[in-house]
Amino acid sequence: MSDGVQSERGLSTRTVEIVVAATVFMLGAVVVFDSFRLGARWASDGPEAGYFPFYIGVIICGCAAMVLLHAIVGKHAGPPVFVAWGALKRVMQVLVPAAVYVLGIQVIGIYLAGAAYIAVFMYWLGRYSMLVAVLVGVSVMTFFFLMFEVWFKVPLYKGLLDPLGFLGY
Amino acid sequence: MAELSALFHGFAVALSPLNVALMFLGILLGVVIGVLPGLGGANGIAILLPLTFSMPPTSAIIMLSCIYWGALFGGAITSVLFNIPGEPWSVATTFDGYPMAQQGRAGEALTGAFTSSFIGALFAVIIFTFLAPLVAGFALQFGPPEFFSVYLLTFCSFVGLGRGSPFKIVAAMMIGFALAAVGIDTVTGQLRLTFGFAEMMRGFDFLVAVIGLFGIGEILQSMEEGLAFQGKSAKINPRVVLETWAKLPRYWASSFRACLIGCAMGIVPGGATPASFMSYGVAKRVSRDGNKFGAGQLEGVVAPETAAHAAGTSALLPMLTLGVPGSPTAAVLLGGLLIWGLQPGPLLFVEQKDFVWGLIASMYLGNIAGLIVVLTCVPFFAAILRVPFSIIAPIIIVICSIGAYTVHNAMMDIWLMLLFGVVGYTFKKLDYPLAPLVLALVLGDRAEDSFRQSMLMSQGDVRIFFSNVLVGGITTLALVLLLWPLLVRVLPRTRQPQPG
Amino acid sequence: MSSFGHARRALLLAAAALVGLPTAALGWEPTKPVEFVVPAGTGGGADQMSRLVQGIVQKHNLMKQPLIVVNKSGGAGAEGFLHIKEAKNDPHKIIITLSNLFTTPLATGVPFNWKDLTPVAMLALDQFVLWVNAESPYKSAKDYISAVKAAGPNKFKMGGTGSKQEDQIITVALEKATGTKFTYIPFKGGGTVAVQLVGKHIDSSVNNPIEGVAHWRGGKLRPLCVFDSERMAYKDKIAGDMAWHDIPSCKEAGVPVDYVMLRGIFTSPGVSRDAVDYYLGVFKKVRETPEWKKFMTDGAYNTTFMSGAEFVKWLEQAEATHRTLMQEAGFLAKK
Repeated sequence: MSDGVQSERGLSTRTVEIVVAATVFMLGAVVVFDSFRLGARWASDGPEAGYFPFYIGVIICGCAAMVLLHAIVGKHAGPPVFVAWGALKRVMQVLVPAAVYVLGIQVIGIYLAGAAYIAVFMYWLGRYSMLVAVLVGVSVMTFFFLMFEVWFKVPLYKGLLDPLGFLGY
Repeated sequence: MAELSALFHGFAVALSPLNVALMFLGILLGVVIGVLPGLGGANGIAILLPLTFSMPPTSAIIMLSCIYWGALFGGAITSVLFNIPGEPWSVATTFDGYPMAQQGRAGEALTGAFTSSFIGALFAVIIFTFLAPLVAGFALQFGPPEFFSVYLLTFCSFVGLGRGSPFKIVAAMMIGFALAAVGIDTVTGQLRLTFGFAEMMRGFDFLVAVIGLFGIGEILQSMEEGLAFQGKSAKINPRVVLETWAKLPRYWASSFRACLIGCAMGIVPGGATPASFMSYGVAKRVSRDGNKFGAGQLEGVVAPETAAHAAGTSALLPMLTLGVPGSPTAAVLLGGLLIWGLQPGPLLFVEQKDFVWGLIASMYLGNIAGLIVVLTCVPFFAAILRVPFSIIAPIIIVICSIGAYTVHNAMMDIWLMLLFGVVGYTFKKLDYPLAPLVLALVLGDRAEDSFRQSMLMSQGDVRIFFSNVLVGGITTLALVLLLWPLLVRVLPRTRQPQPG
Repeated sequence: MSSFGHARRALLLAAAALVGLPTAALGWEPTKPVEFVVPAGTGGGADQMSRLVQGIVQKHNLMKQPLIVVNKSGGAGAEGFLHIKEAKNDPHKIIITLSNLFTTPLATGVPFNWKDLTPVAMLALDQFVLWVNAESPYKSAKDYISAVKAAGPNKFKMGGTGSKQEDQIITVALEKATGTKFTYIPFKGGGTVAVQLVGKHIDSSVNNPIEGVAHWRGGKLRPLCVFDSERMAYKDKIAGDMAWHDIPSCKEAGVPVDYVMLRGIFTSPGVSRDAVDYYLGVFKKVRETPEWKKFMTDGAYNTTFMSGAEFVKWLEQAEATHRTLMQEAGFLAKK
């Protein structure tokens, strides 16, 4: 996938590998810690609540440690660059607006946030005219509104402010 | 034969104009529900259940079961087109279906998926028609140790599929188990790994994880590679259906195995999701093209889809004869039966002949109707790939967030979906395999529950897993499959390629 | 709201009901769809009942706004209860309860109590029956208990739904009352438990009538006694020549254990009296429909209806009972 960009500068695979392995290790440690609290022994009537999670946590830690070790001292076989800066920028162009969109759902609800997100995405990345972008965004979300709220009667998240509250759904 | 005449009577019931109209309506609704990840068959039917309240029970069950078939069909569509499984049992379909779509073979993958679904369902319905009482007895043999051995078999038939670092494979699987353990523990009623957060109590839902890992992860990856889905140039050929049909007969063996796995798993009831994984795993091991699985093999779509649909259909059998649902969707249908005043159980077949045989007849007709509907739409579905990325990508993200929300009506799940998206993107690039993670997440708590129930029964004696022929046989089979790679090495001449 | 206004409203309601006017035209009325929270998964007893109510409300046009069932089953129902608790003063949310209203906070330490919610009404009480496989030799509760006693501790397997919830509480109460000891095996749903009993993977269960009735009628299960101080009221023949009324109460069978499960309706904290009265009116009408009556008969429910102070008193008592039972069993969350 990144054959063509091997020479390009970017985030090194080793760094990402180390960060991911360390995160996974911490996850494992958290699991071990909580399982220990619950009781991780094999009681008279079989395993306690924390028995399996405890060993799962231990194995996660073990595997993560091996991967970590490998990443620090071992030779790496794959491409040295995890993602080139240019490509990372493109990924962020989707990820950051998506995070803003999810935050938007929290505040103004899924319908308005969704329409805004589709419109901005099309206008900004797709270079469509503002009119087309807004039209697509609004009509898609209107369709979903009709489908979920009106036909299926499935209430979706309206946000803390509930700006569409006047519609009575 | 008594079954045949009863069945023909059933056809007469099911073929009234009202029922046929409801059948098509149900299929269409079901496809829509199946396509939307998160809404799902169980939720969809639960939502529509009260609407059917004023219908006669037979018409109501025909419509609801057709929603069920529709959802089974529909789950494959987004799996193939966007790598987003609309339903849990479609995860295995993404493994080869999505690569096929990227190679411009979306129409072929969809046709393969729909046709296999139909064959799986047909096989299950035939079993249903003639062997219902016998099969119901089989389901009764399954207690906790038997369930555990079935889950073990699913894991064992699937592991060893990945390439790359064994540490990463094990780590990914264990992360899946750890995520599955979050929430309330069935056996002790304790809250595990929730750290006092109310939001953690519902645990990590499989669908939320899958929507993030596969769906959002894939969009991030497409973004990295430049603004395009690679299947964009897909040629849309109306004859794709016929061309694919010409290819399908050569996979008859895989298909037949998938039917058997699916039926067994549906009746037990282990469910459609493990059935699809197990079938995919077995097909990969047994097939001559096994090493090409994951790169766009039609057989890799046929195997899981056939099994999923066979399991989904036969899951209705224990529901009707025993009152124990074989799937979450069947559980909701079961609730429907009780609301309409019908009591599922052995006597349903005696007391409610019209209803039961009307339902069975509608299974035949509903699946035929479903196949016609979805096959006609294949070119249309494939054409969705032509929509420019900058329009379809935000819409997919919106649909994913709706899907993640509807699973549990939880805002938190939308954040989790996004997080899983980043995890999916990173893991895929670092060669942490996602399939074992997902399988462990879907089966982890069930496997653990049945293991610990067994331990309670045997007072901690592990020999319970060999205590009778059935459980001993399945456990042994699981262990054989686990050690299969070693066995193959020891006996190198057992798998000679057949000529031709 | 003055008590005079209150009485007048009641009078008007009564008058409206008499002349068949839509009573909802008076007092509080929902202005958007009402969320009907089920603190349990889809397909279970509470879920079935709430979807039946939703269907009845729709079919008989009992509310102007639709009732929408939402499952929030996380943390043994805690998720659903916390959702209502947090929705202060929101009359557009109601919740149906099962015993986890009491058991979940006690067993898990999740911070909520029924007093955090506004009680509306008790819809019905669910019964529990001691079942054994029909092929087993035990014809009465006494036979079975003495066999369990003779076999020694942990030899007989009792299956039930969930852990530290109603089924296990009954099992422990049964053990206390009879000096026996079962191996309790928790499963995820009542339907599964009944099938496990039919398949002889367990020796007995304490399933609700509706979970066991199909297998009873099919000649696979045998009811021994109902965990109540008196017999169930339903006298129609169900299985062969047996009616629900023919099952002895556990008390008369010499096993003095009684336990019933609340099927009640609550709304969010701080909701006005008007809104509670509105829901009370709706549920009173639901109870009058033939569909509801049939559902009650099929599931052999105890159809006691309570509201207001009477209901609160019942709840206080039930909470105390649960606390005692769970304390004795050692099920309380460690602080």
